[in-house]
Amino acid sequence: MVQWTDFERATIKAIFAKIDSAVVGPAALSRCLVVYPWTQRYFGKFGNLFNADAIRSNPNVIAHGKVVLDGLARAVQNLDDIKATYAELSVLHSEKLQVDPDNFKLLADCVSIVVAAQLGKDFTPEVQAAFQKFLAVAVSALGKQYH
Amino acid sequence: MSLTDKDKAAVKALWSRISKSADAIGADALSRMLVVYPQTKTYFSHWADLSSGSAQVKGHGKTIMGGVALAVAKIDDLTNGLLDLSEKHAFQIKVDPANFKILAHCLLLVIANLFPADFTPEAHVSMDKFLGNVALGISERYR
Repeated sequence: MVQWTDFERATIKAIFAKIDSAVVGPAALSRCLVVYPWTQRYFGKFGNLFNADAIRSNPNVIAHGKVVLDGLARAVQNLDDIKATYAELSVLHSEKLQVDPDNFKLLADCVSIVVAAQLGKDFTPEVQAAFQKFLAVAVSALGKQYH
Repeated sequence: MSLTDKDKAAVKALWSRISKSADAIGADALSRMLVVYPQTKTYFSHWADLSSGSAQVKGHGKTIMGGVALAVAKIDDLTNGLLDLSEKHAFQIKVDPANFKILAHCLLLVIANLFPADFTPEAHVSMDKFLGNVALGISERYR
């Protein structure tokens, strides 16, 4: 069971109250597809991912970015039971989507960097630690049903 | 994943925008690393004060950025350009090379935090590749 301090709970909820999933999601996903181009293997049906501009403006990327962030927001609503919250999602990513779980960390790193860019001075080292701990738990839960 | 001409140009362009803040970037990245990845504190057990504003953290952040500046200058031949630093890390400091990725992430995050407009995805990918190649250069003499 993950133990959260009061500071961590408050910090994680505050970040998600502040950010817009329709902005952060697409920014993080498109950044991931540019910085780690091998992740494009999972988005063959998305159309034009030929260069950074195409990725940034691709409507499928934009829509899916929001889906990903909304998924993370669900984990924030269930901080004490992320593993159960993500059980179905984990099966989906393993059995149907067949995503290499190493990729979850790459996307998580892009989420941290986008949020750091958005929050400026408020994204202190302590806030970063809480946020990255949350992302690590989400990533771990997403990998739990792989076998 | 070697650096293309486009990567080198992107790194140099980004560096020209951020280098005047190099000391602040280094200090911030290092203090984040020590807070977010506490296992890295094991390399600094000889420091009296590991807190974010401390003279030692600031000083060492500056040292690290000196290394980054050197790497930018030697971008066309990082392996040879970083040989002295590699010897130091291999035989003196013996940092586990896994930690280079951790510090790289902190550096990228600080750049994004301080220069959000400049740190586009295009700049990010080139900088990430560059720091990866710097890590390879520093690991060159390890074994």
